Amino acid sequence: MALMTYAEAARLAVREAMARDREVVVLGEDVGRGGIFQQYKGLQQEFGAARVIDTPISEATIMGAAVGMALAGLKPVVEMRVVDFALCAMDEIVNQAAKARYMFGGQGRVGLVARMPVGLWSGSAAQHSQSLEAWFAHVPGLVVAVPSSAQDNYGLLASAIASGDPVIYMEHNELWGLQGDVAAETVPLGKARVVRTGSDVTLVTWSRTVHAALEAAQSSKHSVEVIDLRTLWPWDRETVLGSVGKTKRLLVVHEAVQAAGFGAEIAATIAEAIGVRVKRLGGPRIPVGYAKPLEDEARITAERIASALDNFN
Amino acid sequence: MARIRAFENAAEEASRGGVAAFGATLSQAQVRGPLHLSTGQEAVAAGVCANLLKEDFITSTHRGHGHTLAKGASLERMMCELFGRATGFNRGKGGSMHIADFSVGMLGANGVVAAGIPIAVGAAQAIKIRGQKRIVACFFGDGAVNRGPFLEGLNWAAIHALPVLFVCEDNRWSATTATGTMTAGEGPLARARAIGVPGEEVDGNDVFAVDSKSLILVKKIRDGEGPQFLHAITYRFKGHVSVDPAAYRDGEEVSRALESDPLTLAGKAIPAEEARKIRQDAEEEVKRALEVAAAAPWPPAVEAYQDVQDTGSGQWR
Repeated sequence: MALMTYAEAARLAVREAMARDREVVVLGEDVGRGGIFQQYKGLQQEFGAARVIDTPISEATIMGAAVGMALAGLKPVVEMRVVDFALCAMDEIVNQAAKARYMFGGQGRVGLVARMPVGLWSGSAAQHSQSLEAWFAHVPGLVVAVPSSAQDNYGLLASAIASGDPVIYMEHNELWGLQGDVAAETVPLGKARVVRTGSDVTLVTWSRTVHAALEAAQSSKHSVEVIDLRTLWPWDRETVLGSVGKTKRLLVVHEAVQAAGFGAEIAATIAEAIGVRVKRLGGPRIPVGYAKPLEDEARITAERIASALDNFN
Repeated sequence: MARIRAFENAAEEASRGGVAAFGATLSQAQVRGPLHLSTGQEAVAAGVCANLLKEDFITSTHRGHGHTLAKGASLERMMCELFGRATGFNRGKGGSMHIADFSVGMLGANGVVAAGIPIAVGAAQAIKIRGQKRIVACFFGDGAVNRGPFLEGLNWAAIHALPVLFVCEDNRWSATTATGTMTAGEGPLARARAIGVPGEEVDGNDVFAVDSKSLILVKKIRDGEGPQFLHAITYRFKGHVSVDPAAYRDGEEVSRALESDPLTLAGKAIPAEEARKIRQDAEEEVKRALEVAAAAPWPPAVEAYQDVQDTGSGQWR
């Protein structure tokens, strides 16, 4: 057990995987200098430029080359910098990485981890602040992970690298400096964590909003059970169903735009299964503005979550 | 080349009624969906692949039957795949556009123009990282040079000095549009050179010329000189897909191209009787493949759920 940041925890997971398995490689812009969040710090010095590969600003080919590497048997960790830039590689993600194993009848597989941070990144405006996790959860073949803590960033990333599937790995732009104790334990993909127990309302969330949700839960008049989903596909419906079966009320909260967000999928699934009251709280359907009062409109704060909780009677 | 021609002719016949496009209507057909034929382009596949070893990789295009056969894949299993049968290379999940045979290093045809370029580059990087001697031949069409991955992939291969032979198989048509009307500058080879990838232009209908140019370029790649580029100029005898009558093309252009049929040209190099025998053998092989494919089992419905992903397998909704 050691205290480290969210960024350091991820770095440790990659470092251990590279030390253990020569087939694990890293590629992306600026990774040799540690990456813009220092999440690859020191790895090129330790493992060499052939395995920690600096690339041109060529997102389509970063992702496409990773597909080729994976088909040839390597296990690439792909750096996309922010999810907004990964949009330049959508063919390579959706048509190639997600489909190759299936459409080739299982002759090859694309085991890779594509890291593409999401979420508000204070002052970074519309093209560096999006939360597009639902786009990827919609695509058969992809796994989607959304870690909220240093421990999960270590444990989920280790599981993602080991999985053999194409994993869309979405760290949060504002969590890199978050500190936490990290044990040398992996976190299974597809398994949620109950971060707070309660009896009146089940609050399902992920990524940075887990922290705002906990804050809101503490001051709520209701006894709130908070579930950190941790993986959006496959998502842990058993844990959520078990909790809502007890509380009979569900609130899903995410920073992504509410309309057609993944919260709708969870709410609909639970409503279909057990017919309880469901509510959603997500971002308004606006681009993220630069000025603070504009950016704040897109932010899912503890106050907004508390207000949504209060509206349950 | 004869085997490719015979395969394409038979596949074309079996695809009639297989897709509703270009005014054709859907009816019963053994080969379903869009079928992109490489008829007339056989010399490029044969001439390049003659210089590859079994362990070398290729990536291909939506027009990939010829490349696949030339790399050594089973004609019969490819026909089974076009028929959508469980015994096809892709167990009926890919069809013509996604033909692949990893056992001979054929890493896949691709339904997206230029998408094979980054994949080829990545496979070459894997080879380099592992210190292997293999190379990658990356086939793409003239339309691909107008997509971003062409620039990105060639640049990437050049800066990393990767063992890739880029083969621009120039059939002069981008679907139903003449590529020349949509492409500025001096063409594919000039673009490659500008990016730092040297290469050669060749008559893509002359299999001996393609073979000898490929020999030189492949040797350079194996000697560690980095990526090379082959611009092979050929012609697409058929429409964009098998049901496309290609009425948008000038009749004279097509007649002239037919005079440069790569099979006829290659046949002149050997006794007529030998050429006839080669073509006859190929047609008989294809006939047997058609029979095998028609009798082969369909994939069971459960196959639709296999090889999607391991994590979360079973969670389909």
